[in-house]
Amino acid sequence: MAATSAWQRALRAFAALLPGRRTANATQLAGLVGGMLASGGAQAVTLPEDRAEAMIHAYDGGGVRATGPALLVRKSLADRVTLSGTYYVDMVSNASIDVVTTASPFKETRSEFGLGLDYAYRDSLVTLSATSSSEPDYKSDSVSLDVSQEVFGGMTAVSLGFTRGSDKVGQAGTPGFFDSAKHWKYRLGVTQIVTPTWLMSANLEAISDDGYLGSPYRVARVFGAAVPERVPRTRSSRAVKLRSISEVVPGTALRAEYRYFWDNWDIRAHTAEIGATRHLGDAWLGEGFLRVHKQKGALFYSDNAASETTYVSRNRQLSDFNNFSVGTQLSYLYARVPGKYEIRANVSYEFVRFKFSEFTDIRNGQLYSHDANVMQLYVSATF
Amino acid sequence: MNTRRLVYAGAMVAALAGTSALSGCAVEPWVKPYERERLADPIMQFSRDMLPDRHRAHIHDVREGARGATGVQGGGCGCN
Repeated sequence: MAATSAWQRALRAFAALLPGRRTANATQLAGLVGGMLASGGAQAVTLPEDRAEAMIHAYDGGGVRATGPALLVRKSLADRVTLSGTYYVDMVSNASIDVVTTASPFKETRSEFGLGLDYAYRDSLVTLSATSSSEPDYKSDSVSLDVSQEVFGGMTAVSLGFTRGSDKVGQAGTPGFFDSAKHWKYRLGVTQIVTPTWLMSANLEAISDDGYLGSPYRVARVFGAAVPERVPRTRSSRAVKLRSISEVVPGTALRAEYRYFWDNWDIRAHTAEIGATRHLGDAWLGEGFLRVHKQKGALFYSDNAASETTYVSRNRQLSDFNNFSVGTQLSYLYARVPGKYEIRANVSYEFVRFKFSEFTDIRNGQLYSHDANVMQLYVSATF
Repeated sequence: MNTRRLVYAGAMVAALAGTSALSGCAVEPWVKPYERERLADPIMQFSRDMLPDRHRAHIHDVREGARGATGVQGGGCGCN
């Protein structure tokens, strides 16, 4: 009886987070968390370990260069709570094909701050987090609640998550913001121990958007003439992802992932990735991976529309295209004191080739394609 | 629209209630806790480090039409 009323309180609190309510107050959140905790089993779940990461990242391709630092610190305050903070910077220099053919190259910086709180109770882990991202013409805030629970003697972990995002959209040269967008994300995940050397997981996520979902800078082409793009103000998407990782021979693990995506803009996408990770002696860890992404474009995408339609976009992200990646990562164990701390230095490199099936480079009339290089240099420490 | 989201919320909370109930079930784990040492090895992690995963997820979000179900919790961005 007590558990039933706890879940009723949780359901009411969760419903209060949905669109149509302006904000969720502390009482509602407490009700939700309390409801979850009231149903816990008898087994203990472990909190995420204390850790710190510092990274320099870089993306360079198609005329766009985005680099910057990123930091993460997570520390437990008591046996049941950890606090985490993240800081992420993207310094973008943009001379992409869109920009050089219809506007002027520009530079801008995006900064993102995040705070998280993990609370462990019996076999449940509750994570509450918030992020705030800011750049000169776009501001984005989000709040997330995730709950993970182990069942069947710790063989299975089930996770549920919800994110509510709110964006403000502006335009360079015009003070303030001219429009907004809201986002709702619902996640469900299951991770299963199959054998002592084999894990599988399935993730499902539904995302809904409402508001300004285009770009004030991007132009479409209709009868060869440049016009401002017209994008629907709502979007609803689903994605399901399956993953498997297995130690196929001692010291070597194989990973395989597949995601299918579909939305009501009629985009359909398949993404697959395989990777192998291997211990190379006591101190080194090496990984190699391949990734393929193939998608069918949105209904209203057109390289050069031959009729007037309500919506039209020439955003190549929404077009028919595929990309292929090959990458590698090396990790070096710099120092380790068992039970106390471990410090690793890591470097990764990924080569990506984008090939567009219906996006023309208007400078030469050829279908557009470009390569990109992705690099990460980072130190990670657990303590 | 709101009804659909309410259904999502109800379904998710019901699923969590179900898993909570299942946690009390007497299912014998076929992989014993002492057999799970290999699963803690770094090579057996779907995600070893958070920041590089978020970086990759952000790159894909910005440049591909698909999104979601990555297993990576990300923040907002000016993806347009």
